Amino acid sequence: MSALTIPITQARRSWVLPDRGKVAIAALIIAESAIFTIFVVAYLYYTGKSLTGPTPREVLETPVFYSICLLSSSITVHLAGRLLERGKQRAFLSFWLLTFVLGGLFLFGTGQEWHRLIYEKGLTISTNLFGTTYYSLVGLHAFHLTAGLVMLLIVLIFGLAGRVNEAQSGRVEVLSMYWHFVDGVWVVVFTVVYILGR
Amino acid sequence: MFVLAVTAVIFVVVAGLLVYSVVKFRGRATDAGREPAQVYGSTQIELAWTVIPVLIVAVLFLATARVIHAIQDAPKPAAALDVTVIGHQFWWEFRYPKLGIVTANELHISASDPAHPTPTFLKLLSADTDHSFWVPELGGKTDLIPNRVNEMWLDPPRPGIYVGQCAQYCGTQHAKMLLRVSVDRPADFAAWVSAQQQAAVQDPKVIAGKHVFETTACINCHAVSGTAANGRFGPDLAHLMSRSTIASGAAENTPANLRLWIQNPDAIKPGSLMPAMKLSDADLDAVTAYLETLR
Amino acid sequence: MSTNAIAIENLQSAERPWTETLHEWVTTVDHKRLGILYIVYALGYLVIAGVEALIIRVQLMHAHNNFVSPQVFNRMFTMHGTTMIFFVAMPILFGFANYLVPLMIGARDMAFPRLNAFSFWLTALGGLLLYFSFLGGNGLYGAGNAPDVGWWAYAPLAAKAFSPGHSSDYWTIALLVSGFGSIGTAINILATVLCMRCPGMHLGRMPLLVWLNLVMSGMVLIAVTPLSAAQLMLLVDRYLGGHFFDTQAGGSATLWMHFFWIFGHPEVYILILPTFAFVSEIVPVFSRKPIFGYPVMVGATVFIGFVSMSVWAHHMFTIGMNSYANSFFTITSMAVGIPTGIKIFNWLGTMWGGRIQFKTPMIFCIGFLFQFLIAGLTGIMLAASPFDWQLGNSYFVVAHFHYVIVGGILFALFAAFYYWYPKMTGRMLSERLGKWHFWLFLIGFHLTFDVMHIPGILGMPRRIYTYEPGRGWDTLNLIVTIGTLIQAVAILVFVYNLVVSYWKRAKAGSDPWDAWTLEWSVSSPPPAYNFATIPVVASRRPLWDQKHPEDPDSRYE
Repeated sequence: MSALTIPITQARRSWVLPDRGKVAIAALIIAESAIFTIFVVAYLYYTGKSLTGPTPREVLETPVFYSICLLSSSITVHLAGRLLERGKQRAFLSFWLLTFVLGGLFLFGTGQEWHRLIYEKGLTISTNLFGTTYYSLVGLHAFHLTAGLVMLLIVLIFGLAGRVNEAQSGRVEVLSMYWHFVDGVWVVVFTVVYILGR
Repeated sequence: MFVLAVTAVIFVVVAGLLVYSVVKFRGRATDAGREPAQVYGSTQIELAWTVIPVLIVAVLFLATARVIHAIQDAPKPAAALDVTVIGHQFWWEFRYPKLGIVTANELHISASDPAHPTPTFLKLLSADTDHSFWVPELGGKTDLIPNRVNEMWLDPPRPGIYVGQCAQYCGTQHAKMLLRVSVDRPADFAAWVSAQQQAAVQDPKVIAGKHVFETTACINCHAVSGTAANGRFGPDLAHLMSRSTIASGAAENTPANLRLWIQNPDAIKPGSLMPAMKLSDADLDAVTAYLETLR
Repeated sequence: MSTNAIAIENLQSAERPWTETLHEWVTTVDHKRLGILYIVYALGYLVIAGVEALIIRVQLMHAHNNFVSPQVFNRMFTMHGTTMIFFVAMPILFGFANYLVPLMIGARDMAFPRLNAFSFWLTALGGLLLYFSFLGGNGLYGAGNAPDVGWWAYAPLAAKAFSPGHSSDYWTIALLVSGFGSIGTAINILATVLCMRCPGMHLGRMPLLVWLNLVMSGMVLIAVTPLSAAQLMLLVDRYLGGHFFDTQAGGSATLWMHFFWIFGHPEVYILILPTFAFVSEIVPVFSRKPIFGYPVMVGATVFIGFVSMSVWAHHMFTIGMNSYANSFFTITSMAVGIPTGIKIFNWLGTMWGGRIQFKTPMIFCIGFLFQFLIAGLTGIMLAASPFDWQLGNSYFVVAHFHYVIVGGILFALFAAFYYWYPKMTGRMLSERLGKWHFWLFLIGFHLTFDVMHIPGILGMPRRIYTYEPGRGWDTLNLIVTIGTLIQAVAILVFVYNLVVSYWKRAKAGSDPWDAWTLEWSVSSPPPAYNFATIPVVASRRPLWDQKHPEDPDSRYE
């Protein structure tokens, strides 16, 4: 039972709506941005308010190399997506793997930094306000990065099994949007922690 | 009152229209099958009932902003009385820094003559969680928040006893964190101040009780000037008998209640942080007798 | 087409073991079934939280009452508030949205049916977790305790120092879990509305219910997440030794307040927008006219969505912000009343010149209009900071927000039940019982919540387990309690109606109310696939166009 005031075929042909995967990931990104915003607000609010303990200036080392790794991975993931759209599965897989490696390097770098901070500088999450806000904010980012790496790995495995082709490029695009988000958050976190917060 | 008047008028108008439309436009049996005129909207009407509320809000806001500023940014006269209020779970500490007085739960302030105002300026702090100082007849409430200093002022013209209580949920006995403000005539206030400024009474007849007080855990939490007791976790007891209630208003200040409070606080205020002192009956009688001398 | 439909129906009505039916319901990804699951779940919690309210009211019936201990009382008001907001209001509104949105836009299901199911079960888990605290909470006062820190769980009261044991953790984790469920549903609604409308249904032709749920979902994304963030911070404090809200280490109690209310205020708009949706669908049908000023209603909704994100600190007028901050939040809080008022005027405009039918859905909507007006006006009063300095955190506020939630949201929900129950079940609810329900509830509601303003004005703060005699509050509290008992009876009548009507009442056709949106074009209940062929629409009221081909809406829009 439909209201047939417009011929169906004509209406259907011109009726194009956005892709739901992209809308959904955009919505998720908005929600996650709100969570990060709150952690950033807490970080900025507590800058300089620690009652004791090491200050950012004393212990932080700017992770330039690993940040470059992470931000480059946005480029590689973008290129991977484009290659897949054009059906170049092998090249897609190479760039996808490169993205995974770059992201993994960043995670390794974070782990290294934390190890240094905890064991050499004595800064833990419970040391002072700086410790609490630093580990929470960077840790939240690292958690999202890890989730992204897991997703990348799953696609990599499916890809190596030959199951990822142009038809899947929409889904791959959705995942790379998430990856760009993770990188974008890092730009903000980097600015807040290593530039503004010092 | 202005706000109330405006909202009352809005209510009468809108509710009136609602009642009118419900009555006038009710469907009748004779209508069956016929639909009324299908009106989709009207730009003019929409504009009208947008602009008018905007104007109302603008007026209300300006009136309100004036009051906010008058209250919060009021200058402090030199003759103002300074009191520091420290909120605890579940009692009030009052300090008069310039007068050297520390007391608890019952606040004495001077009535203020409108010709020569002597308001009381309160500095509000908290030792643990959030609290809120509210004595409705004397003014609005302001919160006591740990790690933060808040300020408010009272300017009561009429002497009397005014009651209030904590207005921000602070735990189990939030309900019995009562406030008792005694607004005294200036002469009475001066008398109260000098009584509070004396050191605690040292009555030789109750030396046994004083000994119990000083050798049990009482002194960990309580202070009595001129003795070994200078704990600050609980109320200052130097002039305990100058107060008409105990346990922050939870009970009348009678010997029986005082004894019960020491023996079993949960009987009066379950969940308060005063521990049951587990004294023998003899010790309990002695220490109660001692405390009864602390006027 | 019709023979296939009959064949499927026959299959469904054949005798099947109850285990198979149960399995079907538990594993369903059908938006209609999930909608019903949400609604039934919420109704269960409505009864539980209602009992908690009754306990509160009996304790407060007279001064120095001993019905429950202070510890139990404090758990009761915490659980009552938390349950009502997170496990009654949110799920029931999501349930209706789930059921109606795809039908109203001519879609077969939500954009992500499995995410839909996952979100429901997350919410359900959250509710169970919260109530498990009664058994496993292990608070300070013995084994097994529910949270007792108020539904705002202000730090530092909710920090480890003042809330040892696990009761506060149950609050935190239950809400974190159900919060993620809410975000999942919000993403789903957004994607469904933006990507799955039937041909011809431009955004300007969607039913207002769809618009309101769309804006609500957008708000959920940026309002529920701050609470999740704050709760994660609280967990860091409680378990990893963090200091976010640890005032002894320089942390800030007001930071929690800001984060909580940045969630808390938009949250109540998240609850009210779907409520407006019900009223916007029902009032036109029973006034026999289209909604007055559709574009303005949409605009007002979007405006509310944005402005409501800027008013949060009117819950914090007493914390000692400076006069500029207080003035700012005063003006934004008053400003948000403007689009809300405009909506009331538009509903009035819809009724004006109509032919009003006083069926049960409509009388509940009329109650809503009257009560929401009053609630909005007491809100404007409270928006004036000096007013709030006296009446904030008192029973005046409790009366105000219950006026909104019970007098507004619950009344509109009842209307929605009476209106859409026939669609969901294929049976009509009893009109006679409906009227009993309405009048009983109306009397009980007004007895309780009109009177409740007065103790607030007389100085009675909230969240107190008892009060002193001689403050003048005794008789008023007694009247308030009596009103709640009447409301309880009304709810029983309602539940009886829901249950009995399913078994006994006449079958409802596909369109018992002579309505105009797409859900009324399919059978009651709809088939699993919703529409045999995806409809094509040319106006906001496709069924009006069908029924009145000589005067279709498409000519005027």
